[in-house]
Amino acid sequence: MAKITLTPTKTPTLRLEAENICPDSFAGKSNEEIANLHVFVGKESQALGDYFEIAGESGSTAAETTIVINGDVNRVKYIGMKMSAGEVIINGDADMYVGAWMSGGKINANGSVDAFSGLGMTGGELIIKGDAGNYLGAAYRGDWRGMQGGTIRVSGNAGSDVGTFMRGGTIIIGGNVDVHVGTHMEGGTIIVKGDAKSRVGGQMVKGDIYVFGDIEVMMPGFQYRKDVDSEVDGTTGSFALYEGDIGERHGKSKGETIYGKLYMKH
Amino acid sequence: MTDYIIRNGFVYDPVLGINGDIMDVAVRDGKIVDAGDVTKATEIDASGMTVMAAAVDIHAHVAGPKVNVGRNFRPEDKLFNCNVGSGVKRMEAGFSVPTTIRTGYLYARMGFGFSMEAAMPPLYARHTHEEIVDTPIIDQGALPVFGNNWFVLEYIKENEVENTAAYIAWLLAQTKGYGVKCVNPGGTESWGWGMNCETVDDVVPYFDVTPRQIVDGLIAANEMLGLPHCMHVHGNSLGEPGNYGVTLDTLKIAEGHKPNNEFGRESVLHHTHLQFHCYGGESYASKSFESKSKEVMDYVNSTDNITFDLGVVTLDETTTMTADGPFEFHLSHMNSLKWANTDVELETGSGIVPFIYNPKTFIAGAQWAVGLELGLLVKDPMKAYVTTDAPNAGPLMRYPRVYKWLMSAKAREDMLNNVLKYGDSIRARCYIGELDREISLYELAMMTRAGPAKTLGLGHMFGSLKAGLEGDVAVYPYNPESDTDDPEKIEYAFGNCATLIKGGELIIKEGEVVSNGRQKRTFWVNAKTNENPVVERDISEKFKRYYTVTQNNYTVEGHHYMPNPYVIEVDATK
Ligand SMILES: [Zn+2]
Repeated sequence: MAKITLTPTKTPTLRLEAENICPDSFAGKSNEEIANLHVFVGKESQALGDYFEIAGESGSTAAETTIVINGDVNRVKYIGMKMSAGEVIINGDADMYVGAWMSGGKINANGSVDAFSGLGMTGGELIIKGDAGNYLGAAYRGDWRGMQGGTIRVSGNAGSDVGTFMRGGTIIIGGNVDVHVGTHMEGGTIIVKGDAKSRVGGQMVKGDIYVFGDIEVMMPGFQYRKDVDSEVDGTTGSFALYEGDIGERHGKSKGETIYGKLYMKH
Repeated sequence: MTDYIIRNGFVYDPVLGINGDIMDVAVRDGKIVDAGDVTKATEIDASGMTVMAAAVDIHAHVAGPKVNVGRNFRPEDKLFNCNVGSGVKRMEAGFSVPTTIRTGYLYARMGFGFSMEAAMPPLYARHTHEEIVDTPIIDQGALPVFGNNWFVLEYIKENEVENTAAYIAWLLAQTKGYGVKCVNPGGTESWGWGMNCETVDDVVPYFDVTPRQIVDGLIAANEMLGLPHCMHVHGNSLGEPGNYGVTLDTLKIAEGHKPNNEFGRESVLHHTHLQFHCYGGESYASKSFESKSKEVMDYVNSTDNITFDLGVVTLDETTTMTADGPFEFHLSHMNSLKWANTDVELETGSGIVPFIYNPKTFIAGAQWAVGLELGLLVKDPMKAYVTTDAPNAGPLMRYPRVYKWLMSAKAREDMLNNVLKYGDSIRARCYIGELDREISLYELAMMTRAGPAKTLGLGHMFGSLKAGLEGDVAVYPYNPESDTDDPEKIEYAFGNCATLIKGGELIIKEGEVVSNGRQKRTFWVNAKTNENPVVERDISEKFKRYYTVTQNNYTVEGHHYMPNPYVIEVDATK
């Protein structure tokens, strides 16, 4: 696996839109070609090399390329956007849209990431050591296709609107989450190991949400069904199973109505 | 103004009977002239390319409130679908609901000179015109909708054709509209009562009229006025399996009506997006649904006063939008995606729903087949115009793809064998597999230029390269002698014209947009009628009683909303 290192050399005045920081864009390119890849600063197109020192080398394919970012890129958006393979390691905080629409490979964000990370992702792994912003694994504005596959794991807390319109894959939050979890969810699994505030599973059609801590305000559209024992991401325990959102349309399977499932740990 | 001479292209012009002859085409002072009449002209080499008059779109939804609701509620339509500006080119964005700028550029790249916005709610005419003004390059007009309008319903109930005509003339002048559009006649109003009109004889609640009476009355009024365009209908029960009978009933209303106009128009009824109206069977399932394109075309081919446009499904993710409010409500419950609907006071309604025509489903493939069948079954291509009811059956930018399917049996076979999942059931339930006709470039020029121009009453300005017509010429990078091997070349060429001259101005040079056009015009029809105190009283009464705005806030004032109007005067006082 070839390793290429980016070290930030200056702070952009506006936020940098750098979807080219991605194994798919780097693969097969010389460091000079990589330095010439465009980044947008507002409406202006500039070069990646204007903002980063580039060392090491990239692989011939995305799968053989590891990009290491050494330093804070909290004003750099779209890192690892649409990546299909390979690895990105961010040693610092990153701005919005980290790993958005990624379909494969792995992103290790060793700091925190801002909103819209893992947006609409269909595969791969997004590991966040710090906190995540709002709309983690959600759908793009207006779209009804949120996260569809892969895994997002956050060690810290996440903001609001985790997994809006989620359809598949798994999101695991080690800490707490803000309001709106799994809104319009149609599949996949969200595990919150800390507390949730309110509006968990609003308009949820299908899928699973686990909350290990408390939910401050429960949605009225969820009904208690029974207690179940299960193992969730390495934790075994007894959960109260609620089904909902009762007010939403629900499909049927083998004559049974399929609801969204909300599990609360006893 | 620069003169142009386009040299040595393969020229197609059904009006002049030119079928691929290698000729020169000249433009002087904004008009087509005989090639011998220009001396110091800029030369454009079109050798090895196809030359036609610029195309004319008879039906597309590209400006107005529902298009804008589509833009607003579908930000994802612009995601990864945006070009930054460069040179004279401004930024353009969007796929199924493009920005006004992209709409203008798309039309230019496809070689169009004129487009008719197909449904303008009168109350929102000002907005529609503002968008038209912001759409560069092409000339445009807009058809106000009449089929669910309270004035029309009341006059028609009483058989008052003259009052209907006077009201139409008044509304065209108020809204700067071009002609008479009628969407789901009576059905949208019925929906306000929780119902719909599913056949031409269903009665509209309270108003006590039927779609049959509405269509008949509007045709009569249209011909009484002698408008350039004929009555333009979107019939009842759009998209419903088994609706072809309703369609035949609707078309037959034209029997006995004769065209009355000074524009050379021969049809009295234009049925739009006929594809959505030619379904048999009882459901969308492959064991029930069937194409009835042949049954409908057998009738259309036997008439001489009906025209139609295809409305071909292009198998894309798109945004549906129509004044057929009940249909959109229905659709939103089928696909559970987002939905917007509106009621436009006493005039009309509308709805917007995103829709995915998925080639992996039987029904989307069958709809694709039905639209093409209509174009392949028509005897006289001057009656059948290529549209996608943009963006309802497919985005505007897909026109060239539709041309490819119409022009190449090989391209259709490839779809049935390799792209559509249910190709075999589609062959079994539709006629597509039996049709080996390939539309020629000459016929394509009828279906995209000469025909729509004639039916819009604009044959004296557009659709041909006859001397004296507008200097609208498109040159496509397609060699009719050597490019016939690969149907993809058709799609590429008709989406990327090498040269476009619009109104004598060079817009596309060597495939690049070099001008945003300086003389874009908005067409409207001013029909003079005799004074009609009844209609005048009814108008002032209804504004006082029902409208939320006054007449002063209703009229589209020329100076702001249409800086460059082109008025077609019609005298209906006799
Ligand atoms: Zn339409």
